Amino acid sequence: MNLEYTDEQLAFRQEVRAFLEAELPESLSAKVKSGKTLNKSDIEQWHAILNKQGWLAGNWPKAYGGAGWNAVQRHLFEEEMTGASAPRILPFGLAMLGPVLQEFGSAEQQEYYLPKVLNGEHWWCQGYSEPGAGSDLASLKTRAEREGDHYIVNGQKTWTTLGQHANMIFCLVRTAKEGKPQEGISFLLIDMNSEGVSVRPIVLIDGEPEVNEVFFDNVKVPVANRVGEENKGWTYAKYLLTHERTNIAGVGFAVAGLESLKRIARTEQSKGRPLIENPYFAAQIARIEIDLMAMSTTNLRVISKAAAGQAPGAESSMLKVKGSEIRQAINALTRSAIGSYAMPFVSEELEPGSNALPVVPDYAASVTGAYFNNRKLSIYGGSNEIQRSIISKALLEL
Amino acid sequence: MNFDLTDERQMLQDSLRKYLADHYSNEVIRALAKSDCGYSKENWAGLAELGVVGALFSEEDGGYGGAGFDMALVFEELGRVGATDPLVDTAVLCGGILAALGHGEQKNLVESIIEGSLQMALAHAEPQSRYELSRVDTRVEREGEDFVLNGQKCVVVNASAADYLIVSARSEGAVAATAGISLFLVPTDTAGLTLNDYPLSAGGRAAEVQLDNVRLGAASLLGKQGDAFDTLELVHARATVAVCAEALGLMETIRALTTDYLKVRKQFGRPIGKFQVLQHRMADILIEIEQARSAVINLAGHVDGERDAREKHVSATKNLIGLVGKLVAEESIQMHGGIGMTEEYELGHLAKRLIMVDHRLGDATFHLERFVELAVA
Ligand SMILES: Cc1cc2nc3c(=O)[nH]c(=O)nc-3n(C[C@H](O)[C@H](O)[C@H](O)COP(=O)(O)OP(=O)(O)OC[C@H]3O[C@@H](n4cnc5c(N)ncnc54)[C@H](O)[C@@H]3O)c2cc1C
Repeated sequence: MNLEYTDEQLAFRQEVRAFLEAELPESLSAKVKSGKTLNKSDIEQWHAILNKQGWLAGNWPKAYGGAGWNAVQRHLFEEEMTGASAPRILPFGLAMLGPVLQEFGSAEQQEYYLPKVLNGEHWWCQGYSEPGAGSDLASLKTRAEREGDHYIVNGQKTWTTLGQHANMIFCLVRTAKEGKPQEGISFLLIDMNSEGVSVRPIVLIDGEPEVNEVFFDNVKVPVANRVGEENKGWTYAKYLLTHERTNIAGVGFAVAGLESLKRIARTEQSKGRPLIENPYFAAQIARIEIDLMAMSTTNLRVISKAAAGQAPGAESSMLKVKGSEIRQAINALTRSAIGSYAMPFVSEELEPGSNALPVVPDYAASVTGAYFNNRKLSIYGGSNEIQRSIISKALLEL
Repeated sequence: MNFDLTDERQMLQDSLRKYLADHYSNEVIRALAKSDCGYSKENWAGLAELGVVGALFSEEDGGYGGAGFDMALVFEELGRVGATDPLVDTAVLCGGILAALGHGEQKNLVESIIEGSLQMALAHAEPQSRYELSRVDTRVEREGEDFVLNGQKCVVVNASAADYLIVSARSEGAVAATAGISLFLVPTDTAGLTLNDYPLSAGGRAAEVQLDNVRLGAASLLGKQGDAFDTLELVHARATVAVCAEALGLMETIRALTTDYLKVRKQFGRPIGKFQVLQHRMADILIEIEQARSAVINLAGHVDGERDAREKHVSATKNLIGLVGKLVAEESIQMHGGIGMTEEYELGHLAKRLIMVDHRLGDATFHLERFVELAVA
């Protein structure tokens, strides 16, 4: 048992840190630090900087233009990224689709799509969920009917994160009605500029249009855009989901969130003293910190297993449940920390730095929105209830 | 022991419930919540005509109720529909202060509040005060006959719609001393008073209030100079009944919405309410809401009594409501899945209001500490 990183790993951390110090634009880190929504060009700018360094796709093999890092390196990279308030890398093309294409895509698909993920030409979004198919994903209804060398796609996807910025969507579609629902699903890559695709934004409770509905009305999709075999899409979908759930613990986000909570609690006053000195409040911070200290080690235990070649299975479900609960607890306590300044609805024009008079202290501006928005952590990517079912089946054999 | 409503209160509940059903549909509420004033002036007039504002004042003050149970009844109903009308601010806090401390002309304003023709806001909390009622930094100096106020007040709910603010300021004593705090009646167009007004995330509006050499005549003082703390504590206790009862109403509606959703939303071929894990969590919610109801009854029953018991119940109830409110809001969003995260679906507005209750009049942690000081130590 040894809790220390090796010299080699520490050198890697140093390299990442130096890169971030030199290359992360202050305009981006300032936005991330204050919890502001990044716009499309912010994200594209950051992806391009990382791509130039060869670090955009840490999880991809070098042969495909990735960094070829192992799980520990990826973890160190994530930790440095959140520590430096770098924008997070969007997962859809890089962490989700990329691995599926590498494992199941044809050589042509790999050659055509993977470089475009890296250079930003393709912005991908994930078309899994439908209004009637959430937790029960296999009940999805969007149809793809074969007509010669095309599929004709009809149906609706929903909760499509950042679909408003995307030009490509990977979708699960139904290609057979017979048999078990899992057996008639195919995995299609669809150009969102195709005729018959429309996107409608959905505003979430924090006031941001983060997700969308995507409608398909007789959309013609070449058969060549199918990944793998017809009706075998469920296998690829599940493979993708295990990748979606890597780094699911979000330790870096939790560490950054806890630090920000403590900063706020040092500034806010309670009875003429810094709030952080109030024992009732300090005890609540401590409870979270104790949990987080243990979880980051649980996370490392899973990571080192993965680095040794054992794919994480239901362990990633444990990390998701605990990790999302810790982050949500931090969000809730940060909301408490800012007292009545949690009440104002701070839209862009009321934010510090705009021309309007400042309403709330700058550290308070995004706190309430983040609290409401992060309720999603326990819903998406397979809800925490679904994760618990996986844990009890796979690890407890109940 | 009798937990039934009296006949009069039953009548008020019936007529209020009907009025709200007719005028406070969810779409209307959500549109109004974000409007320039944050509520509907016509609805406000309608409520006043129905006698709802009068029910919050005693006969002696020109109303026909005013007891803890009258307030609990009214605010629970308003909470059930997620109303954003600033009744706590205008009627309970400011109306309560005017009734207790007002003299002559000032006292007549109570009548205007009951009629529905006046809006008010209490400018008491400050950026550093963090729910502590006696922590007042805003200064008042005497200049001849006049009073001159300087300071800053934060998140003053309903300030921009108000005809008058009631402003607290300190003439003597250390910053958190109970002695030395005075209250002033200040028309919102007074020179030196600046309102920076903004929307609230759960509907309605508030403002930051800046006081730069605000000069007031002698007649603007409410009650005796330096002597306002006891009244402030009393109206805050009464306002705590109001917001806790509002939270209870919100919880009842949220529970009903969520239970209905569990019955109709199907996944894996059956209603999700058939999954035992969700059934048990709904059962916990029900149990906790009953606890919340009992806490509100405790507070409503003690708010008109002697100070020590009253304040113990203020802190007990506000602490419990804060914790249960968070549980009910978070669990309901979770059990709805994605739909619970959307602005469009009615749960969002209700859940946000419920969460925001914890940020008014002291949160769960503040009142836990206060309860320890009042009751345990
Ligand atoms: C902000 C956000 C972003 C998202 N982004 C994307 C995206 O980009 N692409 C995409 O495809 N999808 C996305 N999703 C969809 C997400 O994956 C689904 O919301 C999630 O799978 C839950 O499905 P649902 O919303 O239909 O809830 P439901 O499945 O209806 O679940 C409702 C409740 O019932 C519970 N439940 C359901 N079944 C069971 C059971 N068997 N046992 C116990 N409890 C159960 C759930 O846990 C939940 O609490 C996103 C969702 C959100 C909120």
